Parts: sequence; structure tokens; C-alpha cells
Amino acid sequence: MKAKKNKILIQNGITYAMVIAFWAVVQILSAGGHVSSLMRGLLVPLCIYAILAVSLNLTVGILGELSLGHAGFMCVGAFTGAFITRCMESAVPSVGVRFFIALLAGSAAAGVFGILIGIPVLRLKGDYLAIVTLAFGEIIKNLINVMFIGRDSKGFHFSIKDTLSLGLEEGGEVIVKGAQGITGTPRAATFTIGIILLLLTLVIVLNLINSRTGRAIMAIRDNRIAAESIGINITKYKLMAFSISAALAGMAGVLYAHSLATLAATSANFGYNKSIMILVFVVLGGLGNIQGSVIAAIILTALPELLRGLNDYRMLIYAIVLIAMMLFNSSPKAIELREVVMDKFRHKKSAAKEA
Amino acid sequence: MSFLSYLISGISLGSIYAIIALGYTMVYGIARMLNFAHGDIIMVGGFAIFTMVSTLGMAPMVGIVTAVAVCTLLGVTIEFVAYRPLRDASSLAVLITAIGVSYLLQNLALLIFGSNARQFTSVVTVPGLKLAGGRLSISGETIVTIIVCIVIMAALTTFINKTRIGQAMLAVSEDRGAAALMGINVNRTIAITFAIGSALAAVAGALLCSTYPSLTPYTGSMPGIKAFVAAVFGGIGSIPGALLGGIILGVVENLSKAYISSQLSDAIVFSLLIVILLVRPTGILGKKINEKV
Repeated sequence: MKAKKNKILIQNGITYAMVIAFWAVVQILSAGGHVSSLMRGLLVPLCIYAILAVSLNLTVGILGELSLGHAGFMCVGAFTGAFITRCMESAVPSVGVRFFIALLAGSAAAGVFGILIGIPVLRLKGDYLAIVTLAFGEIIKNLINVMFIGRDSKGFHFSIKDTLSLGLEEGGEVIVKGAQGITGTPRAATFTIGIILLLLTLVIVLNLINSRTGRAIMAIRDNRIAAESIGINITKYKLMAFSISAALAGMAGVLYAHSLATLAATSANFGYNKSIMILVFVVLGGLGNIQGSVIAAIILTALPELLRGLNDYRMLIYAIVLIAMMLFNSSPKAIELREVVMDKFRHKKSAAKEA
Repeated sequence: MSFLSYLISGISLGSIYAIIALGYTMVYGIARMLNFAHGDIIMVGGFAIFTMVSTLGMAPMVGIVTAVAVCTLLGVTIEFVAYRPLRDASSLAVLITAIGVSYLLQNLALLIFGSNARQFTSVVTVPGLKLAGGRLSISGETIVTIIVCIVIMAALTTFINKTRIGQAMLAVSEDRGAAALMGINVNRTIAITFAIGSALAAVAGALLCSTYPSLTPYTGSMPGIKAFVAAVFGGIGSIPGALLGGIILGVVENLSKAYISSQLSDAIVFSLLIVILLVRPTGILGKKINEKV
């Protein structure tokens, strides 16, 4: 038991060290002027996608429920965060403090959405759960696209039609402009903040997994009926994992909102394709493997950008690589073949030792 | 009268969803996988017709036949290359592979045809109808779509219930292992299912692009998702369920576009799905699966 605990500690330590080392390397390289502007633009997204992948892995890998609506939670977090930052412009002049409050508010809002959506949705299973989470993601995106919120001396005005129907007084300002989203969010997200948030995410998720709660969640994943029969409260633990995952996605969303000048709920930003992209990171990194999620998110976010020189072919290559990797990783025949090759390799090694 | 015309065009849209949903439902019922690339096969069908009719100047009928052939071949090839090796792998692995195939098809189309929307010439030559003294007009596309949908439904139901291959499909969907023991070639049955589903996708592509004549590499993805929703809605794995789900979805979408908000129509459709699934967790006509300990 103790040996196992130590092993987990070492494993987690490696994950943290890896992230910190990545940060240090980038800092050293950029101090030496070796980081191109393309790479620099990628640094914050790398952190965002790593956080998203780790948090989705909590739902898909640890809880074992397929969710295709992760971008929806990110969207909630992003808009809540950006809204808070814009609203408090006069009250709190410091961008840093506002960003911090926005992070808290964005995560909380996404977490609350996670609970609200989780209560009905987690009763479903498998592919049904997948399609309903996808539906929720699309609903959130659509609702935000028709939302108009303005503010004047009388307080907030809300409409789902257009800017005019807000009925603002002179001098009032429109903060959320429907499909045009929120503009003028300070671009406060830096690589260092991103790494700190990624570390925070890792601490939360890794500690959760190795706790009594985490073991209960994994017991539900492995056999729901057995878990229920030994007295684990299924709904409670499912909801807990789902809402923590949503809250972390919301946090990534706030970071995302503060890395853009204009935040709009387009399909490219928060559509189901985004959710699927994050799911791809999780699956390729390994289900339930947190370290793998970070690595997969970093490599797969950087890869298409680094292939930019190939222009039109890069997404094609990405698709082919994705299919090939899935076939290689998951096909029973490929696994068998790998075992055979590994066996031969081991055989040679032991033969060499004997000789 | 305007309500009636919205209703009819809703049924027409729903018929297209139903034809696509059939492909989803059959593949799901037999291979137990979500074929995310199904929507993109619609797009391939659309481009096949576009190339034959608009670029090469062939007759619309030739275009449709080519599209059906191309899509059938494509569906079988995809099944053989990408899905068959993963037959016993986890369903998530198959899902991700299907997503990869979807990306592949979209980006191939992007490379060949570019991202600009192409103007699609309708393949329907049937004239429209004017009823009630010209106050209610129904386009030829609408009529053809509804008729094609009914014909396909009837043909497919007969095919599954009356032919040996159809019975084999039912057997495979009931219990793959037992079907194999009975001498059914499971791989061939699944391949035939993909062929039929993809051929239907080509037909759906022709109808979809004739009704909404703009064709891009991403044309298929949203109708694909909606049809998937329709399949789940009616009870995935059930053929009458796909028809029912598709029609309800199309009507609700069209009416909410007309009377509530065009931007919110998708949200309304998806909300309806959630409500239905919460009341009936396996869809309207889906079978209830009892869990064994």
C-alpha cells in the first residue's frame, strides 16, 4: 500500500515537474529570443487546451461518461468571465484583480451549469449521454448568440432581440452584443498565468483521483451496480466529477476570453467540433491518464500550427495521422502485432544478457 | 395558409433528416457505432452530383446514379479500412476514428473544391403545385422529397423483413455472436449495411442540395448531427423511429424558425431532444434495455 502511494506521488511529481520544466524552457528560450511570434501566439492556447483536456479526462476517463459538450462549459466560463471583467471596469481599475475575480466567477458559473445539466443528463448512459451533452453545448452557444445585455444608470437591461430593444438611456453601454459577443476584454492572459492555472487544475484533478472520492468515482465507472450495492451514492459522485470538470473548463474559458480582443460564440470557438477536438486529445493521451492528456493537448495543438508551411494539406495530414494512430493504438490486431514485436525484442535482450 | 406551407416544408426537411437518420440508425443497430462521418458522405454525394451535372453537363439522373455509386463505394471502403480493424475495440476508439474519417473527407473536399460555396443546380425537374387558388404553393423539391422518403421507407422495411440479407441484418443487430454461429457472415452483413446507409446518404445529399442549393465541404456536418439527433429521438436502431424522429425534428425546426426565432431554432430542436430523452431514455420507439447484474 505504501509502495503504491509512493509510486503515485512520484508519478504526480513527474507530471508537475514536466509542466514546470516546459514553462522554464519556454522562458529561457524567449529570453534568448529563440521563440518565434507564431510560437508565442500558441503558448496561451496550449495551456487552455491542456486544462480542457485534463478536465474532460475527469469526465471521460475517470467517471467513464462520454461528454461531447465540454466546449459549452468553456463558453459559459468565457462569457461570464469577460462580462465580469467588462462590468467592473470602473469599480476595480486593476486588470489583474479583475481577471482574478473573473476566473473565480467563470469557474463558479460553469460549475453551477455542470450541476444543473448534470442532474437530468447523468441519468442517461453511453451514446445517449454523448448526444445530450452535445445538444446542451449547442443550446448554450445558441442562447449566448441571441443575448443582449446593456447597462446604464438604472442598472442592467436584458434582451434576446437586438441592441435597440434594450431601451438604454443616453450614455448607457451595450456589453454583450448577441452574435458579435463581448468586445474590449483586456488581453491579460499570459503564458505564466496559463501555466499556474494548468498546475492548479492538475493539483485539483490528481488529488481528487487519489482520494476516497476519486476511488468512489472510479468504482462507479468500473461497475455501477457493484458500486451502488456497497453503498456509494452514485448521483452524488457522478455530479461531483461532472461539475468539477465543468468548472475547470469554465476556468479555461475565462483564460480564453482574456486572450482575445473579441469574444463571440461562433461554431469555430464553442461548437461541438471544439468539444470533439478536446475529446481527441483525451483519447489519444490515454483515458484516465492525466499526464497523457497534457502531452497530447500540447502536441496536437502545436502540430497543425507548426505544419502551417504545408498550407492546405495540414488538416488532411492531421486527419490521416489521427486515423492511423487510432488503428495502431486500439485495433486488436495491431495490439497483437505490437506484443509479438515486443516479445522478440525482450527475447533478444535476455539472450544478449546470457551471452 | 402560411402555417400549412411552413408545415409542409417542415415535413420535407424532416424527410431528408429521416433518410439520413436511416443510415445512422442501421449502422448503429448493426455495428453498435456512431458513424460521425455519415454527414460528410452526404456532402460527397452533393459534390459528385455537382461535378457530373454542373461541371460535366450530364443529365441530373446520371448525376444521381453516379453519386449513389460513389457514396456506396466510399462507405464500404471506409468501413473496410477504418472501422473493420476496430471491430472489437472500445466504442470510444471507433468514435474517434469516425471523427478522423469525417475530418479527412471534409479536408479532401476542401482541397479539391475549395471553401467557396458552390451554387447547386436542383436535380428535381417536377413542377411545383399551386393549391387553394395560388395561396399555397408547394415546390417540386418538396413533393419529390416526401415521395422519395416514403418509397425508401417502404422499400427498406420490405427488404429487411422479406430478404435473407435483411434477416441477417436483424440477426446481427440482435446478437452478433449468435448470428455468426448460425452461419451468417457478420463482416459482409455490416459492409452491406454501410453500403445501404451510404447510398441513402447520397440520395439525401441530392435532395438536401436541391432544396438548399449551396454546397461547401461542411454542408453535411450540421444536417448529419441533426439526423443523428432525429435517430436518437425516435429510438436509435429503429427504422420507423428514424422516420418519426426525422419528421418531428424537421417540422419543429421549420415552425420555430418561422414563428419564434431563426437563431434559436437549433436550440429549440436540441431542447426537445433532451426533454424526450428524459421522459423516454431510449427514444420514442426505442426498446427498453434491462440491465443484468
